[in-house]
Amino acid sequence: MRKRTKQILALGVAAAMAFSMAACGSKTADTSDSGAKTDTEKKDDSSSTEEGKVLNIRVWNDEFMTRVVEQYPGYEKTSDTEGKIGDVTVKWSVEPNDDNNYQNKLDAALKAQDSAAADDKVDIFLVEADYALKYVNADANVAMKLSDLGISSSDLSSQYKYTQQVVSDENGDLRGSTWQICPAGLIYNRAIAKEVIGSDDPADVQAAVKDWDSYYALGKKMKEAGYLVQATPYDTYRVYSNNVSNPWVTDGKVTVDPSIKDWAEKAKAEVDDGECSQDTLWGTNEWNAGFYPATDTANIGKGVFCYFGPAWFFNFSMKGDDEKSIAAQGGWGFTAGPQGHFWGGTWICAAVGSDNPTLDADLIKTMTADKDVMTKIATTYSEAVNNSDVIKELAGSDSGNMKILGGQNPYAEFDAAASKINLSSLGIYDQGCNEEFQNAMKEYFAGNKSYDEALDIFGTAIHEKYPSVELAK
Amino acid sequence: MKKSSKVTRFNVWGYIFLIPFFVVFFIFQMIPLVKTIYYSFFERYEDGLIVVGPRFVGLENYATLFSNGDLPKYFANTMIMWVLGFVPQIIVSLLLAAWFSNPSLRLKGQRFFKTVIYLPNLIMASAFAMLFFAMFSDSGPINAMLMQMGILSTPYKYFTHTLSTRLIVALMNFLMWFGNTTILLLSGMLGISTDLFEAAEIDGATGTQIFFKITMPLLKPIFVYVLITSLIGGLQMFDVPQILTNGEGFPDRTSMTLIMYLNKHLFSKNYGMAGALSVILLIITGILSFAVFRMTAKDEVD
Repeated sequence: MRKRTKQILALGVAAAMAFSMAACGSKTADTSDSGAKTDTEKKDDSSSTEEGKVLNIRVWNDEFMTRVVEQYPGYEKTSDTEGKIGDVTVKWSVEPNDDNNYQNKLDAALKAQDSAAADDKVDIFLVEADYALKYVNADANVAMKLSDLGISSSDLSSQYKYTQQVVSDENGDLRGSTWQICPAGLIYNRAIAKEVIGSDDPADVQAAVKDWDSYYALGKKMKEAGYLVQATPYDTYRVYSNNVSNPWVTDGKVTVDPSIKDWAEKAKAEVDDGECSQDTLWGTNEWNAGFYPATDTANIGKGVFCYFGPAWFFNFSMKGDDEKSIAAQGGWGFTAGPQGHFWGGTWICAAVGSDNPTLDADLIKTMTADKDVMTKIATTYSEAVNNSDVIKELAGSDSGNMKILGGQNPYAEFDAAASKINLSSLGIYDQGCNEEFQNAMKEYFAGNKSYDEALDIFGTAIHEKYPSVELAK
Repeated sequence: MKKSSKVTRFNVWGYIFLIPFFVVFFIFQMIPLVKTIYYSFFERYEDGLIVVGPRFVGLENYATLFSNGDLPKYFANTMIMWVLGFVPQIIVSLLLAAWFSNPSLRLKGQRFFKTVIYLPNLIMASAFAMLFFAMFSDSGPINAMLMQMGILSTPYKYFTHTLSTRLIVALMNFLMWFGNTTILLLSGMLGISTDLFEAAEIDGATGTQIFFKITMPLLKPIFVYVLITSLIGGLQMFDVPQILTNGEGFPDRTSMTLIMYLNKHLFSKNYGMAGALSVILLIITGILSFAVFRMTAKDEVD
């Protein structure tokens, strides 16, 4: 009896393994199936000029999906991740952004673009500013030129210049487009501004932070009054890195721009003087504590004076949904700050090899150049849209007032900040360089390393990340 | 005649049952292993979306690994953190196993404690690391407690100091693995015939004498097994320090292990360098295991 049980058990285990093997096997069979399908469909394609029946869109969250579903004329929602435009089925593939996951999946799909069945080909994908250049690169040639799609620069004339610089390739050809702008500014705590500067009016605060010298002088005053001027040394990094005069990498050599070096030195001085903590962005300690009225345990003195960020930052990241937060009480104000910069944004690209070029073009054009649609996006989602006409209209109307900012209308500031941004020095290595440089400087701020030693750490990390580049000595 | 044919028939079944293992082993272990070694002689990485190589470069990847000084540094980090965790782990495990296996102590609730000490191993290493990161953060509960007790006046920044970071990693590895080690050693101790203990007791041996003269020598096979597996596990240390330091191995990469370094190369899909590192790791693991094994095997002959 016992022996029998053992035999049955062993057979069961073997069967389970064989089954899992078979599962693998059937997968390969699937792909070869679809390979065969490609051939037949290619034949179909050549016999008629009709475009594909499936539009595949790759995204990392539902932001763009919501806007298309609700604003694109003729879009018909059939399920959470599927819909119809005319007789074309729209399939959304949502891959979370964390840990490079979205890019890894997208890269694999783009590599297989040639061999994929027509219905599986990527048609539209989204990119973020940090890595946009990787995809709009002319050599890589994975994102279609807008001119090839039939979208001319005059169609996009109301867009802000910086949004086009992000998705231009080396030859200056546009390979993407966006509906939103994310001009960032200085978000200040109104109560602290009243006490230390004497006014919480954006114009008065702007006068106190109009350039870096004024900003750091204010930092000293804040410290005397018992406040931190900013939560962490990294808060100002983006402002400096958006205003560099040279790209990070030229001819395989990484050089630290004077503006970036200036940031490191100024931030170190602030840390040493106790004008900011050593927490990091998105940190759970001081950085987070500044969103709330100060408490004894928070280590931020009496509070944090300012943060740097765009509209999405104060709308979604400053804990406005927590009624104890300063944001929920409308206690923040917005002004342009020492230098113009931006943070974030999502660009739409049409994939090379897409079988729905006409629909791709129409979608990009409608969502990023149609004034009516963009006005609707701006009012429905209180979003700063990539259309200077719409922004200027909002700046003059009450519908642009924001509760989180105590009723202030920031659109005029958005317009000013967005027009000021100049991104002539973007490069494909920016994301890694920016991340690793800030990581390396952590040791410098903590006092464990000198600036040059920290720079060596940066050099090691960057060569590891991008084997083709090296820190210039 | 009839009987032997039945045996052969069963043998055939034995081979059939082994096939799935060998197929899985071949596809998921053998092929990747050979490919890794093959790729270690090539320059191959991705620059954005553009694939560079593969270009045959001979031993250049290996030369780079040794010449830039990273490999010895990360190897030392790994071994230091392993030793820091393993020494207390083996001491506590031996002690617990000796207590649990000692019939004269008649410990109550053995099952309960065996379960409890094993529990930390059931938590995901990443969750455990996140927990410790929060506990030891600048304004975390450990600092708050120490400050309230008056031991510290300002929060101690654990993760900006080499020793404290390494100790936290070691502590976590210790907590996660001492239960497992205890159970392994315990099974070894229970396998020793009680006659020997009784004989020793009758001869008037003390508890310490029994432990060192009887338990330890007879425990050696299990002990060596624990040592080797822990050493290999230690060399492959990854999840705890990776999550704890967000992959950076701070401060100044002094808590970066070999596998974390390997992981860094995968960002650019640098299969050449990553392959070379893996091969070196394979060789180190082989040598260390062999050395430990020989050392103890020689003792046994004596």
